[in-house]
Amino acid sequence: MIGKSLWIVFLAALFIYFVLPLIMTVIFSLSRGQAGFGPDAYVALLSRRDLLAPLWMSAQLALATVACILLFMVPAVIAVHLFAPRLRMLLELAAILPFVIPGIALVAGLSVLITGPGWLIGSPFFLTLPYFFLALPYAYRAIDIAISNLDLTQLRLAAASLGAGVGRTILWVVMPNLWPALVNAALMTFTVVLGEFTVANILLFQTFPVSINLVAKSEPAEAAALTIVSFLLTWVALLIVLLVGRNSRKTFDTGRSGASS
Amino acid sequence: MNSAHSNKHNREVAAKTRRPLLPMHVLWAVAMIAPFLLLTVVGMIAPVILLVAQSVSGPHGFTFDYIQSLANPTYRLAAWNSIVLSFASASVSLATGGVVAFIAFGSGTQSRLGALVTSFSAVAANFAGVPLAFAFISTLGMFGLLTRVLRAGGIDIYAMGFSLYSISGLTLVYTYFLTPLMVILITPAIRAVSQDWLAAAKSLGANPGQRLRLVVLPILAPSLISAFILLFGSAFSGYATAYALTSGNIVLLTTEIGNVLTGDVASAPQTGAALSVGMIVVMAVLVWISRWFGQRTRRWK
Repeated sequence: MIGKSLWIVFLAALFIYFVLPLIMTVIFSLSRGQAGFGPDAYVALLSRRDLLAPLWMSAQLALATVACILLFMVPAVIAVHLFAPRLRMLLELAAILPFVIPGIALVAGLSVLITGPGWLIGSPFFLTLPYFFLALPYAYRAIDIAISNLDLTQLRLAAASLGAGVGRTILWVVMPNLWPALVNAALMTFTVVLGEFTVANILLFQTFPVSINLVAKSEPAEAAALTIVSFLLTWVALLIVLLVGRNSRKTFDTGRSGASS
Repeated sequence: MNSAHSNKHNREVAAKTRRPLLPMHVLWAVAMIAPFLLLTVVGMIAPVILLVAQSVSGPHGFTFDYIQSLANPTYRLAAWNSIVLSFASASVSLATGGVVAFIAFGSGTQSRLGALVTSFSAVAANFAGVPLAFAFISTLGMFGLLTRVLRAGGIDIYAMGFSLYSISGLTLVYTYFLTPLMVILITPAIRAVSQDWLAAAKSLGANPGQRLRLVVLPILAPSLISAFILLFGSAFSGYATAYALTSGNIVLLTTEIGNVLTGDVASAPQTGAALSVGMIVVMAVLVWISRWFGQRTRRWK
């Protein structure tokens, strides 16, 4: 019994460690100093023009990165599974590289490249290039697992026997089966880009996290409010990922049992 | 398990039905894969090659000066701090995350605690960088709420030597996102520990301690080592949290590279490149070891 109460103390301490900073940040964001508590910081955030533009910037970057993932990565993963299973190692390697090359080293490398054309380097959309790679491991994992769980051979033979060519097979047979994974990959990409600080800060682009850091230097309560807002944003995005994942597993399972019966 | 089995089945079917690729299929494959590979070469491989080239090119051509300059005291301290921080936060996270995952998923049944741990881990592992730094500044910073409450109660933690802006403070902050990451990394391995083996050990008279020491840990060992290396690596390569917490004033490898890049210190850009190359080499070795152990895990199944 001593063992059991020890576990409970351990879990309670851990619970406090994980919840206390969040509660303290909420209280901090609501405090008016000597004058009690109120949602002033949140109201102040809404009227700040200098935060709206960076938030919009980050959202656009996230959309651009998602578009790149869909245009460049998804076709490559599908093609590897359909035509060239041996090249899968190459994609696995590409998906590990972002872990091997720390964000800060990637920026260092990119700033050597920065002698490139001004229209590209000067535009914030230059960030789409590093962000594509920062999101790649998460997006790749999501798509690769989903496509490995499909009975691709069966789907392809069925589609071919009905007269579908390669393009139609991919567009009308493979893609619809992948949509939960595509949503998953897109949301993971979104959270990565919305939270990315290192690259944007070094390359001096005003994205949302960079301006949170600037706001914090003068307005601690507003910084705390922003912290809570971004925690909630991450929470919502990942909750959708979890829910989509759960639902898609259900559809895959029913599909499989239907095929075997 | 089921999906692994059906995958194997698929592969067998695919092997039987594999026909020679039609030229049209080759065209499709090239058109779909080549742009991605090209992008990877331009966006990841080229920057690394340029870094390597920059780190060995001085004003008078090829030189090892910049790589040798990494041996100076500042960069030694940076490397030491980075290693201590990564080792400490990875060790704490390995232990706490491992125990939490074992309590939540070790019984092999679905539980409410398991569902809660899964969803909270997914969120907290992604709650890093600037927001996490501010959550801790609001709590345990010099003027954080908890600091002030404790001070009012007569315990001045800053007078007692604690500082959030030090290596030990950073360890506390890094543990916040590395522990949930550990839970995510180790859960599949813990789920794969067969309940039959535990039941067999129990029937042979093993007590809980023996079951953990003689059955669970040997099975999990490769996964634990692999997870530890990944935790170490993510702490080692972290920049945003440390920067937001200390404005780059703490001496770590990543913040030193950042300071060179932003021009906050009067170092040659080549030194930044040499530091970056050094970090990439360390990370490559770590990932390689981790994958080696990860592959050993798969043999158990």
